[in-house]
Amino acid sequence: MSTAFDHPEYNYKVVRQFAIMTVVWGVVGMAVGVLIAAQLAWPQLNFDTPWFSFGRLRPLHTNAVIFAFGGCALFATSYYIVQRTCRTRLFSDTLASFTFWGWQAVIVAAAITLPMGLTSTKEYAELEWPIDILVTLVWVSYVINFLGTLAIRKESHIYVANWFFAAFMIMIAILYVGNNLAVPVSLTKSYSVWAGTVDAMIQWWWGHNAVGFFLTAGFLGIMYYFVPKQAGRPVYSYRLSIVHFWALISIYVWAGAHHLHYSALPDWAQTSGMVMSLILLAPSWGGMINGMMTLSGAWHKLRTDPILRFLVVSLSFYGMSTFEGPMMSIKTVNALSHNTDWTIGHVHSGALGWVAMVSIGALYHLIPIMFGRKAGQMYSIGLINVHFWLATIGTVLYIAAMWVNGIMQGLMWRAVNEDGSLTYSFVESVEASHGGYVVRVLGGAFFLTGMLIMLFNVFMTTREAKKEAAVAAHA
Amino acid sequence: MDINDVRGLGSVFALIAFMGIIWWAYGSSRKQRFKDDGDIPFRDNTEMPADDDKDRSK
Repeated sequence: MSTAFDHPEYNYKVVRQFAIMTVVWGVVGMAVGVLIAAQLAWPQLNFDTPWFSFGRLRPLHTNAVIFAFGGCALFATSYYIVQRTCRTRLFSDTLASFTFWGWQAVIVAAAITLPMGLTSTKEYAELEWPIDILVTLVWVSYVINFLGTLAIRKESHIYVANWFFAAFMIMIAILYVGNNLAVPVSLTKSYSVWAGTVDAMIQWWWGHNAVGFFLTAGFLGIMYYFVPKQAGRPVYSYRLSIVHFWALISIYVWAGAHHLHYSALPDWAQTSGMVMSLILLAPSWGGMINGMMTLSGAWHKLRTDPILRFLVVSLSFYGMSTFEGPMMSIKTVNALSHNTDWTIGHVHSGALGWVAMVSIGALYHLIPIMFGRKAGQMYSIGLINVHFWLATIGTVLYIAAMWVNGIMQGLMWRAVNEDGSLTYSFVESVEASHGGYVVRVLGGAFFLTGMLIMLFNVFMTTREAKKEAAVAAHA
Repeated sequence: MDINDVRGLGSVFALIAFMGIIWWAYGSSRKQRFKDDGDIPFRDNTEMPADDDKDRSK
């Protein structure tokens, strides 16, 4: 299928492979998400089997959407952007191919081992040590290939999107290896070298920077290329993008301690995590405003272009969740929100609203180019619009349900009677959450339906493109 | 001089470095240069036959 669409200069093959798999893994990962959301509303959906239990499927969902869907989106877009903005082919086609097949092998290994219950139990780092080693090999190849491409660039300046990508991949390499250091005792079991409070801090140093570098810096790289391209005008302020970059990457690494408020972590470390999280609002909003203002003078395009709408609404959700995050890191607010569904709602306002929607917008721009068509020339623009509304309504339903549940749970847990006893038992708060859990399933189903429509649209686009290519070859 | 002085100096150094970045980004002699760098995504016109840059309105 590929040879007809190969670019004379660039390696589009690896971009095409990762772009298609982004859509496929998006459907898979979100389907698991809808299933486990349904399990929380109707627990009998685990069918009394260990493989379908929430505890095993939840890490499968998070790994699939973050590393399979999000990861493939980052590989596809970074390989595309670095070639286009450096005007040179990738440093190595062999390494590119290895990163694709290696990454798919990691995803399949995760999809097998996690439902089997094989886990290192670290959040967003559950994979056992043999898979960790494969991840590291793939990642190092990726970093070499990306930085190697920057080194052979024909453009004298390195465009800002590439800075974000480079920071993302270097930091993730350091954090992933640091957090996953472990002593293996068998092929499927290992013990972390970290222990106690240090383990918790290392875990959230990784966990929060998986958000900060994987789910933020990398996707800001996507934003800085695809928003200007789709809007047809350069970024609002290139100079602001430089300050944005340095401020964001130097502050994000310090914020992880806010995951450990009111824990055994020393109080000064909790407070410094909170302060850094509050400061983080400035670069986050600087970048959001920079992306939004790129549309100044071109706002009318939003009326007719659902791809641009995806990109701009993703920035609105980014702005919203990066305001909510610092607010939740304030210790007094956190006393209410910690361990409630509010946290899950916050994560999904970022994950669905920002990460998924910016990726979807970029893919609708990119996939037609991978099949020899104009940017954004999908099989059906109308279906992109349907997808946009399903995704937006689904995200809003999801996060609104979790806000209501989260605040309610927080208030119920802290309510005390005059004699000092608790007003509510824990199970009463679970029972009261049922309505919100049903709304969440509905929101997730909306979002998943949108992804299925995207899969259909992509399939039809490739079919049309192949027909066109066959006719052109015949003529 | 104990470890806390070193920590303090680290903060001062970070602040100076950040001010330096702002000075570099917003210095008036580099204004045109950064404006041009912002155009890099549009500079590449070696597209496939079906180009995506055609409808660029500047």
